[in-house]
Amino acid sequence: MLRWILGGREAQSSVEKSPVLCIGEEQPKNWFTELQVLKGHFDIVRFLVQIDDFRCASAGDDGLVLVWNVETGERLQELRGHSQQITAITTFTCSSEVTSHTSLITASSDRSLSLWDPDTGTRVQTISDLQSSVKCLLVLERLCLWVSGGEELCVWNRDFQLQCHRQHKQSDTGITALIELPKNSIGAAVDKEIVIYRLTVSDSSVSVAEIRCLSDHQDQIRALINVNDELFASGSHAGELILWDAIEWNILAYEHILWEESQASTQNAIRLGASKPSEMSIQHLTTNGKLILAAVGSGLYVYNVQTKAVVAYRKVAHDSNVLHTMLLSDSELMSCSEDGSVRIWEIQDLPLPAEPASAGFFGMWNFSRTNKQSGPPSKKVMDIPNIRMLELTGDLIGHSGAVQMFVSFKENGLVTCSTDHLLILWKNGERQSHLRSLALFRKLEEKGGL
Amino acid sequence: MIGSPDVVAFTKEDEYGQANPDPWALPEEFSVPLHPLADSNPWAKTSYAKFTKDFILISEFSEQVGPQPLLTIPEDPKVCGTFDLNYFSLRIMSVDYQASFVGHPPGTGYPRLSFVEDSRVVLGDSKEGAFAYVHHLTLYDLEARGFVRPFCMAYVAADERKIMLQFQELSLRFSQASECLKAGNRRAFAKELRRKLQDLEYTHSVLQREEGLQREAGPQCMYSAHAVEKANELANVEKSIYEHRDLLRQISCYHRRPRRDPHAVTCQKCMTECLSECEELLDKYVKLANPFGYSKNEEEGQGQLDDEGGDEEADEEDDEGVKRKPSYTPQLIKAKSAKCFDKRLKTLQELCDETFYKATLELLKETERSFRGDLCYLHTCRLDKALRRKQRVANFLFEEDLGDDEDEVETLRPFCAVNHAIDGYILLNPPPIVLGPEPLELDVLEPPDPLDPASETSHTQESELGLGESHLESSPSDQTLETQESSEETKGSFSSDKSGVGQSEKQQSLTSMKSEAPDPDSDLTPDPDQNTDLERESSSEEMETTAGDDEGDSGGDQTPVSLLEVVSELQASKEDECGGGNDSDLLVPIDTACCMAQEGFLYEASAPDAMPCLLQSSHPQPSPTLVVNQEPQALLPLQDDYTVGSPCSESPATGLELPVGHLGDAVSRTSVEDGSDCTMSVSTGSDRAASPLGYGRVVTLCQRKKAGQGALRFVRQYPFAMQALWCLLSGRTLVVLGADEGRVRRLVAALALFVPAPGKCGERVQAWLSCPFTLTDLQRWKLVGLQRVASPVGSSMLYSLSRYSRYISILDADQKTLRCPPYRGQLLANIADHRTYVRRGSTYFLHIQSTLCHLAAKAFLFTFTHHLHLPVSSTEGPEVVEGRRRCFLQEQLGLGEEDSHILLYLSQLITQQYLQPAAGSSAAAPCFSFDYTTSVLYKI
Repeated sequence: MLRWILGGREAQSSVEKSPVLCIGEEQPKNWFTELQVLKGHFDIVRFLVQIDDFRCASAGDDGLVLVWNVETGERLQELRGHSQQITAITTFTCSSEVTSHTSLITASSDRSLSLWDPDTGTRVQTISDLQSSVKCLLVLERLCLWVSGGEELCVWNRDFQLQCHRQHKQSDTGITALIELPKNSIGAAVDKEIVIYRLTVSDSSVSVAEIRCLSDHQDQIRALINVNDELFASGSHAGELILWDAIEWNILAYEHILWEESQASTQNAIRLGASKPSEMSIQHLTTNGKLILAAVGSGLYVYNVQTKAVVAYRKVAHDSNVLHTMLLSDSELMSCSEDGSVRIWEIQDLPLPAEPASAGFFGMWNFSRTNKQSGPPSKKVMDIPNIRMLELTGDLIGHSGAVQMFVSFKENGLVTCSTDHLLILWKNGERQSHLRSLALFRKLEEKGGL
Repeated sequence: MIGSPDVVAFTKEDEYGQANPDPWALPEEFSVPLHPLADSNPWAKTSYAKFTKDFILISEFSEQVGPQPLLTIPEDPKVCGTFDLNYFSLRIMSVDYQASFVGHPPGTGYPRLSFVEDSRVVLGDSKEGAFAYVHHLTLYDLEARGFVRPFCMAYVAADERKIMLQFQELSLRFSQASECLKAGNRRAFAKELRRKLQDLEYTHSVLQREEGLQREAGPQCMYSAHAVEKANELANVEKSIYEHRDLLRQISCYHRRPRRDPHAVTCQKCMTECLSECEELLDKYVKLANPFGYSKNEEEGQGQLDDEGGDEEADEEDDEGVKRKPSYTPQLIKAKSAKCFDKRLKTLQELCDETFYKATLELLKETERSFRGDLCYLHTCRLDKALRRKQRVANFLFEEDLGDDEDEVETLRPFCAVNHAIDGYILLNPPPIVLGPEPLELDVLEPPDPLDPASETSHTQESELGLGESHLESSPSDQTLETQESSEETKGSFSSDKSGVGQSEKQQSLTSMKSEAPDPDSDLTPDPDQNTDLERESSSEEMETTAGDDEGDSGGDQTPVSLLEVVSELQASKEDECGGGNDSDLLVPIDTACCMAQEGFLYEASAPDAMPCLLQSSHPQPSPTLVVNQEPQALLPLQDDYTVGSPCSESPATGLELPVGHLGDAVSRTSVEDGSDCTMSVSTGSDRAASPLGYGRVVTLCQRKKAGQGALRFVRQYPFAMQALWCLLSGRTLVVLGADEGRVRRLVAALALFVPAPGKCGERVQAWLSCPFTLTDLQRWKLVGLQRVASPVGSSMLYSLSRYSRYISILDADQKTLRCPPYRGQLLANIADHRTYVRRGSTYFLHIQSTLCHLAAKAFLFTFTHHLHLPVSSTEGPEVVEGRRRCFLQEQLGLGEEDSHILLYLSQLITQQYLQPAAGSSAAAPCFSFDYTTSVLYKI
């Protein structure tokens, strides 16, 4: 088990010159040079899901689900029906026929679940007066089933018929996250534990059974993701990142991401617990199969799955908590934060490995679980050759509130949603101008002249 | 203002010159006069006129007192000054252009209404220094001699050339006003007739009863003098009833008549309304009413029998009578009418339906407004507009919006001013200014009838004949002081055979009209069946007689001698007056350059464009009928009208020559001659061309000019003005920050001139904002005045400023700093030179306008040049296109990096605007483009 503490005074002075990062106005690598503000929500917009190549749906505390055309910025549909905030939204693709059709499943605090057709804007199915509100949704496309998690775990079929359900009594928080695991298993994060359920699908009936409970986390589990077929990862409020074997459910790696303020360790612990509890909380995990990107407090950590080692990190990546992250490629990533900005990062090699500045780069490197500060182990870090740095290459400033989430449409742009009730569509200005030119000449041809 | 800056000198005084005296200007006594006559400008010769500005005068030839002025527009008596309106009325009304016959024409039993086309004349009074476009028209009045009252509307100006060159448009506008007035008059006339008929029938019934009583009283008294008198009276009344009924029929036939006046296309809806009203009346009075229908009114009627003024009262009740139709009490009509000089003649207002009257006045006021300013000014404006019309795609960038409101209202006018335009009515196509003669397509004029090959030739022939004929007839009526017109008009009444034809034709058309439901398109689009045939027959028939005559004075053999004398007399006198009227050098003293410009004033006849929309109303019409009935002359561009006598007349007169295929040269020659006649002005003082100073145009222009003063001040005051302008022109939002509202507002108003595509009402400019702004505001506004406050609000505002600082430039009006990306280009050095020698706001405004217009044209070129945006061949990658674009911007347009930004931004705006109609309906949010560059702080 590897545990490391990052930070330290010297590190801060050398690499992260100031806690507030400022990239300046010149951003040659930032190609988002055009934006469109999409209005329509009346409250915080919390969720964005991609429906297909050009559509996305947004949902938020106003109970509205809006479907947008990302290419034009048009609002295509307005799905009204929920009376309270949306707690979970997911796409449900039915590919049993030749053509697959994507629907939307939403869960709301009004204890209802709905299935929507984003093409027509109609509510296809709805289930109301559930016992409790659903907090997370998981679609098992292979089985044509979907699972809702809240205080109880319910398994539904495509036609919104309840197949089976299982009450979860141990905790009052209920299930906060769900992942699909091999062998018809489901992993559910319930407070500090990960519960493994197994689905048994017979001819006409589906049953679910709890087969394992993994309780290695010290604090509430905040994030639970599939990394690849063999691995899944979880992150806790206390900054623990655990890599699990997806079949055997063993711990493959355990990271405790901490850092230390410049003050004495004992005081520090208290302060961390009291005033900034979330600073080391893993808010979000994302992966591309090879790397895991963890949003820890206002920092970012990139972890390599194969080498089971940190690749790059930045302790203060944002002015405030990072809420959502994404790996754009093996070297590019993006994060959004409560400070209202979206930042684009690049994992770069250190300028010069022998540079004295890098000496204090990784201040603390500890393998003991309790010791927080010890000098010599930090030298070991230097031996790891492939540690690189996260370089800010651009930031998108537009929202006046916390940016809750974003969805990337590759070259078509990026959609961000925020507590300021807005969505912003960020685009490549040059590409858009080229597309407009194309449209102009097409129209010119249609009209046969000016 | 495309055309204004460098084409023509601006002779108009700056309105703000007095208001904002230039501090740098030399005092009056030290300044060197530009030319010896310091009190007038070099382009305007001294005016001899006693009035200060142009006005419209409406006069009438009263049968009681002779010519008298009725009203002027504007009504301000100051306008005319010491100018003698009475004398001038006498002058313009003494042209007895109509010589219309009144009363009973030989061969008919009933008095006939004369349907007289309007005439248009240019008259001048060199002694008074007054020249006038005079539009004569007649209105119907039941009490007037011959039922007609001659009126004229005159546009009086001190500048003869102004009138001559504006003739087409003046004619168009006055025709519209006249049509409107006449339509209202016909309505009023029909109402009057109806009342008169009611009276007559009542009288008739009373007389009948009296006679019956007498007969009962004693058969021996049958032949007493009293009885005979009664019988005569009864017969008179009956005759009168028939006469009036016939008049009613005639007035309802009005619309059936083919009009020769190309401008005399009237509102179809009005026509239909009027027509149905008349038909209703006609149906009602086609038989004698029940003799005892009014028996219950007998007592009252008896009481009024001796009342001499009964007649008058009925008339005075005009308006009330209309309103409370059922309660109208018929009056007894005395056999003898009042003496000519005793009766009170109706005023112009009484002669015309009220709504129509008001609409006419509105039209005239509008006309007066649109012709304000001197010729040079009008010319420039018009050139400007013509150019702008050609640049519709890019106009939105810097030009004030004229496409929809201003322009269309000014030159595009609904035919019907009485609000019928609202319900999807056909608007008159504007007479577009042609900068060169456009050839007419013959196909439009003579489309073969594919369905009926047998009739094809005849139709074509007929149509052509009709074309030639009506062209022949109408061209004089159009532009000249022409007496042929009247002879043409009335010859039908003189020659018995012709009138017979006309009568029978009218009868037929009447019956056909009755047999059908009133056709809403009856006036312009004839019914496809018999009606058209009738008209075609009639026109060809008339044509034959006309074609027989070799010269324009057609109908000479048919016209009675007396009238012929009048005609020749008048012609002679006219020629006397003109002197060497045909001498074009004297008449149109303009050089070639002016002539080119002059073409700008020429209008294509609007008809070819207007025709399809007129026709599409109900059923598709066969084309030959279209040609015949659509007033063929309207199809012809009258391009030569003004270029006659000038070098441009050598350009092919395609329009005039085209339609004369079968008729031969005679007619065409005639028409050309007529055309040349028409440019003659009946004045001897044509060598004087005085132009009064024009007064202001639209308010927005004034405001913009005032802003020009502010912009000039800004440019002179701030050394970094160029950077600020660059920000605005390259689409970077400029925030003007300041504590003093007035100062910020002034700055914003000045800088607003440079905001591309500011929107119709300046939506992209926010003059004063006192709350923190958001990203949406940035997207919406390109120029913001922001209040600097030292409160918590202020700090949050500063926070938003710094947060969005990458999208904005900040001009601090208090500390005189500007924070914006550096600009090193050369493009704006021309307009933002703080050592500029331009002293006047309006001059600077024009300077800006011309520069910006230049930019817009470049942007237009850039936007619509295909190979700069798309690959020419499939092998080309985007880099090649990119390279080509850069090459174009840098080498061909000579723009640097920052200057290219301006062009790219303008081009982007043009693209968005062009694509908007398609995507705009979907209400997609607008895009906001920016780029990531560092800003620097400029200090004074």
